[in-house]
Amino acid sequence: MPQLPRALHPGAWWLWALGLATAASRTTNPVILALIAAGAGFVVARRRSAAPWALAFRLYVILGALIVAGRLLFRVVFGGGGGQHILFALPEVPLPAVAAGIRLFGPVAAEELLSGVYDGLRLATMLVCLGAANALANPKRLLKAVPAALYEAGTAVVVALSVAPQLAESVLRVRRARRLRGGAGRGFGALRAIVLPVLADALDRSLALAAAMDSRGYARSGATPRRTRLVTGVLVVSGLLGVCVGVYGLLDGTTPRAIGLPVLAAGLALAAGGMLVGARRIARTRYRPDPWRPAEYAVAASGIGAGALLYLTSTVDPAALYPSLSPLAWPQLSLLPALAVLLAVAPAWVAPPPPVERLTVAIA
Amino acid sequence: MIEFDRVSVVYPHADRPVLRDLSFTVAEGELCLLVGGTGAGKSTLLRAVNGLVPHFTGGTLHGRVLVDGRDTRTHPPRELADVVGVVGQDPLHGFVTDTVEEELAYAMEQLAVPPAVMRKRVEETLDLLGIAELRNRPLRTLSGGQQQRVAIGAVLTAHPRVLVLDEPTSALDPTAAEDVLAAITRLVHDLGVTVLVAEHRMERVVQYADRLLFLPGDGTLHDGPPAEILASTPIAPPVVELGRIAGWHPLPLSVRDARRLAGPLRDALTGRVPPQRTVHSGGCALAARGLVVRYGALVAVGGVDLDLREGEVVALMGRNGSGKSSLLWALQGSGPRTAGRVAVHGTDPASVVPAKARALVGLVPQTPGDLLYLETVGAECAAADREAGTPAGICAELLAMLAPGLPPGQHPRDLSEGQRLALVLAVQLTAAPGVVLLDEPTRGLDYAAKRRFTDIARGLAATGTAVVVATHDVELVAAMADRVVVMAEGEIVADGPTAEVVVASPAFAPQVAKILYPAPWLTVAEVAAALP
Repeated sequence: MPQLPRALHPGAWWLWALGLATAASRTTNPVILALIAAGAGFVVARRRSAAPWALAFRLYVILGALIVAGRLLFRVVFGGGGGQHILFALPEVPLPAVAAGIRLFGPVAAEELLSGVYDGLRLATMLVCLGAANALANPKRLLKAVPAALYEAGTAVVVALSVAPQLAESVLRVRRARRLRGGAGRGFGALRAIVLPVLADALDRSLALAAAMDSRGYARSGATPRRTRLVTGVLVVSGLLGVCVGVYGLLDGTTPRAIGLPVLAAGLALAAGGMLVGARRIARTRYRPDPWRPAEYAVAASGIGAGALLYLTSTVDPAALYPSLSPLAWPQLSLLPALAVLLAVAPAWVAPPPPVERLTVAIA
Repeated sequence: MIEFDRVSVVYPHADRPVLRDLSFTVAEGELCLLVGGTGAGKSTLLRAVNGLVPHFTGGTLHGRVLVDGRDTRTHPPRELADVVGVVGQDPLHGFVTDTVEEELAYAMEQLAVPPAVMRKRVEETLDLLGIAELRNRPLRTLSGGQQQRVAIGAVLTAHPRVLVLDEPTSALDPTAAEDVLAAITRLVHDLGVTVLVAEHRMERVVQYADRLLFLPGDGTLHDGPPAEILASTPIAPPVVELGRIAGWHPLPLSVRDARRLAGPLRDALTGRVPPQRTVHSGGCALAARGLVVRYGALVAVGGVDLDLREGEVVALMGRNGSGKSSLLWALQGSGPRTAGRVAVHGTDPASVVPAKARALVGLVPQTPGDLLYLETVGAECAAADREAGTPAGICAELLAMLAPGLPPGQHPRDLSEGQRLALVLAVQLTAAPGVVLLDEPTRGLDYAAKRRFTDIARGLAATGTAVVVATHDVELVAAMADRVVVMAEGEIVADGPTAEVVVASPAFAPQVAKILYPAPWLTVAEVAAALP
């Protein structure tokens, strides 16, 4: 039976994409990389909605192409002669002795170029995977799925995210208005003429927003006793302090070992305890939370599976993942990576189709 | 439902209290209209209802405010969220989420309403306010009227017993304002919600109000039935002013009531004609041909031809999003223009540098504050003189004419809306443009400030300047404009002398025209002058 159209849990899409990105990070084989990127693109084409963020995928693909091109150019400019097969030679620019070890132009070898392409392709594929997640899942809905105790922090992030486009809009508006006054002045004066009104505007907006959130019940404590609130606060704050000290101890070799892991663990435990206590006190509900159903498991599993398969390949058959450059050899596609790619494309059928606006259905 | 008991509010560094010793109660299910000039304390009073004053704004509140039995002293705004719903002046600034449906659910999530109930209430509220087709739309893409209705819905889902609205219709075109007011009255009539609303454009709301609270500005409050209070207030909607000069009793508050009393007045006016607004034989100040403005697939202005003559005041009307702002910006030359020509004495303002363009056409944008960036009024004036290349003092002189007595040491952000408008207008007039365009200048202005603005616009026109004012305010248009241009969907659908365009229009006719229809009287002043 075909699945009913619905939006998949954004967490599932992100797990899938991260799995794919992990898979891409394990290899420089252009065949596998291209297949992974194409697979991600195929899933996006089949399962993205009409929402504005879904159109961003194209930008990620363009950015990926730019990365590959940039790598190539870099190799050509800064000497690509390290190899047997010289494709062409550019006149070399002599540099002063200070810049010894750097070469400008000169002969360009196929090996160097290919290594640039392989490297760039790996980065580009990882980027395309993340772009796929962004196109398939509303990043803001992911924030809605944070644990209840982190709700306040989550809201702050959501608000901050919506401030950015507002700020950009405000800058555009003020810059346009600036031209009405003649647009005169350069440098500091002109900057100030734009920055000050924008900041004043942003401040006004944040005050209005804070007032609106307050009067709509944000951060309401309801009937929670004062003591519980105090206990939660003390637990979370001291826990986070512990985490900071622990991380410092771990990273700084000169501190005694006792300050490292044990303090970190204790801090984590305290913070988690505080969040649990806090979660119990929080009287809040969620409107239409995204459910986690078999389709979500399947999508997440396909991404993680693809990553795991390539991880496995890197231990049993590393040659398939890193095609040889000297001597030059054709990249091969062996069985395990092929399976991984097939698994990665599964969401194109496994995931439910995105919901369609009712209005457009009625018109169509 | 709402009880103010000897309430005074003092802000720090203020020499006198904003509200002084106010006591009144609003009963359940009443629609209370709060009026008063700018700075009279309307917003302070509204915000005191749910404790934003003083919990959020600072200041000292003496006395006691009780809402549904809860004292705001011990209950901060968030603890009153289930009793009082507050809708601020600019709905967009108060939105927390980004789609309509999530915004409607937000307050309920905070109040821990069970999911099944939330789902049901969201659907009910979507229907109640007529916004069901907008449910998945991003909030930023909605029109002003839609945003206002979503903002009201977003507080309604929490089922508050009291609804507090600050200027709910001031930014809306007449039709959208009607929609919002219809929604509000429906809440009062069907659900028994208590509503406290502040509105500068009294003429839109007063007929629905059960009670009127008038803040004269000295910290006191006049409280009573609308007809009684309005008999003596210095500010009143045109229908009431007409009633006063015609000696009607009781004073009518709605056009319908006034028409039923207006028979004798109509008879007294037969044979008389309103004074002809000056016929303009002035030269051509601006000629635009085939103006097109496109944003991607959206055609904001679709091939507009427009001629402006020297010394005329033109009102540009049309619903929100009909292309008024785009047209003004394209005429000035700073905004995008896809096709078309504009000629101001043979020069296209888009083809010259901005400093030259502003000497041809001056534009005051919708948010005039965008143009101000210095610490004092005096510094702004000096900068304006430098930018325009005029001798020092010109801008200050203009400002003294537009808004006498404005202290040059004041910070521009501390000015009232009317004063800020005057300052920006003075800055723009320093370059002595022959054409002045104003985008929604009267948003947030009270009656006195609007009257002053009308005089300013007429004064400019008398010196031979062509003035274009984009506005939703039909009463302002009636008092000020020689000519009205109506836009819809980016095209001009009507263009002619004010009386001709507005008298028969259901949306754009001023109250006096509606009462005395079919005679083409537009303002109370015209009628008063014609009466023996």
